[in-house]
Amino acid sequence: MINHHLYKKEGVNVAFSSKILEKVRLIIKRYPDGKQKSALLPILHIAQEESGGYLNVEIMDYVASLLEIQPIEVYEVATFYTMFNLEKTGTYLIEVCRTGPCAISGGEHILDYLEKKLNIKTGETTSDGLFTLKTTECLGACGNAPVMQVNTEYYEFLSNEKIDLILDTLKKMANGNKPEGSRWVEKF
Amino acid sequence: MGRKILTGLVTVPGIRSFPVYRGEGGYMSVEKALCEMTPIDIIKEVTKSGLRGRGGAGFPTGLKWSFLDRKPDKPHYLVCNADESEPGTFKDRFLMENMPHLLIEGLIISSFALGANTCYIYVRGEFKYIIGLLNKAIREAYENKFLGENILGTGYSLDIFVHPGAGAYICGEETALLESLKGKRGNPRIKPPFPAYKGLYDCPTVVNNVETIATVGPIIIMGGEEYASIGKGKSTGTKLISACGNINNPGVYEIELGLPVEDFIYSQEYCGGIRDGKRLKAVVAGGSSVPVLPADLILSTPQGQKRLITFESMQEGGFDSGTMLGSGGFIVYNEDQCMVRNTWNFTRFYRHESCGQCSPCREGTGWMEKVLYRIEHGKGKVSDIDLLVSVANKIEGNTICPLGDAAAWPVASAIRHFRHEFEYHIEHPEICNRMDHGKLIEQPAASIKYR
Repeated sequence: MINHHLYKKEGVNVAFSSKILEKVRLIIKRYPDGKQKSALLPILHIAQEESGGYLNVEIMDYVASLLEIQPIEVYEVATFYTMFNLEKTGTYLIEVCRTGPCAISGGEHILDYLEKKLNIKTGETTSDGLFTLKTTECLGACGNAPVMQVNTEYYEFLSNEKIDLILDTLKKMANGNKPEGSRWVEKF
Repeated sequence: MGRKILTGLVTVPGIRSFPVYRGEGGYMSVEKALCEMTPIDIIKEVTKSGLRGRGGAGFPTGLKWSFLDRKPDKPHYLVCNADESEPGTFKDRFLMENMPHLLIEGLIISSFALGANTCYIYVRGEFKYIIGLLNKAIREAYENKFLGENILGTGYSLDIFVHPGAGAYICGEETALLESLKGKRGNPRIKPPFPAYKGLYDCPTVVNNVETIATVGPIIIMGGEEYASIGKGKSTGTKLISACGNINNPGVYEIELGLPVEDFIYSQEYCGGIRDGKRLKAVVAGGSSVPVLPADLILSTPQGQKRLITFESMQEGGFDSGTMLGSGGFIVYNEDQCMVRNTWNFTRFYRHESCGQCSPCREGTGWMEKVLYRIEHGKGKVSDIDLLVSVANKIEGNTICPLGDAAAWPVASAIRHFRHEFEYHIEHPEICNRMDHGKLIEQPAASIKYR
């Protein structure tokens, strides 16, 4: 899983806005003194979202400095958890659940349909940089199968017609701002 | 109609918000527990109720609490396991989404009983909107003085924080969850020491499932004895069952333990039978990790009695002809499903989710996945079937945490009950090119009894 981009810096400067830094301080305060490393997962979620959907070396080093831990402690966590992307993805990262309950309820056909519709294979990004298509393991929404998530929003009870509608809506939204209240930093 | 202890209020409009919940009698259990009872009373009441862990293992909750090292030299922690990621299980999501205050109520009483002043809810990262919902409910509880300093003037203080995971199934295992909560990779560790002695930050810690904690409030109100009068034998009370797959009404249902599986699958009140008038082929009854059973064995025990939804009845027949209640995630398969494809699918899941610490699991899951892939895709050999059994046997019991067993059981049980499907794939590779080739597999008349 470790890819070598991890060790190549992109040469960008990263820093959170003062509003986010304030939130980060609040999150760190939830854990006992000296255990600020506990805040790593929530802060990486925020960092990934703020840096455009993936974690580059700079942002990981920055998070390490905020938590006063070694950069390697951030890298080893970022490479372990599947929700953290280490490579750039499209504006919309579509992850289709492929685990048992979804698979027997039509999830495999949904993936097929998305591949045809977007004209890419699983794992690829469309040429306009809008959509990346991936599979994921169980999203814990088996009763509403088939399920996929786009960035971190769930879309359930999928059908071909619903996929058409979702993709059209996402394309229209692509240039606008994120809807109110949907960012990680607002969830904490 | 069974009693609805957890979900009775779900249909009340606005029940997610504090004023509505409070108006329906919410937080009365907190008042009773904190003002009228001692921590020991609460633990006694929970022990009397016979409540067993709802996360999968079914360990008696009162007993687990009684193990906590109560020496006052270190802080104690309560950690709520909301990392629900077992395929087929989505009951905790339902509870947190619809009844967040019921969970908070349970957390306050449980923390008080355990002498914990800090409590963390570890929610899987994909449930981002639920994290928002929980934080909103927690804020409401703070505003109404049920959290924070000096709750209800008792001098007891409690803080609850929500902590997100980041997409690792393994973090549902309690020691991995605690590692993850410390900001590390979710690697399980050997027990003992148990978390009750050395848990979060090396302090005494109790880790309980969402549903377990949510049940504590109602137990305090109704009394342990009354709760224990519901259910059957050592499986007391009600349980949330999440049902999915090829049924008419997928969803989360609260049942009184002891309900026959047949009633659950076929009655209109619950699953409503198999979709499109198909026949029932198999059921995985407790989340993907438990052994799969063919229709006849899930509906009745080897002795010919109706199989009931209880911890004991599910296990009847051992692994030869029984399974486990686990987390209560029912995955129902109709006659068109291919059991080889399903087994390959689950094994791929476990290979993906193995943390990689123990060789039998890290190497074994990948090996089984490759062998299952080639059988499913028409490249299998006859010897592959025994090879799978052999690998599964060597994983089972040889790993630090139960993920190894969880990966081995679905493979071993699928071969035990559906060996002919594996053989059919090997003998008829031509059918394997189609994604939904399950319906093409010829079933020998004697080997499988549809219902």
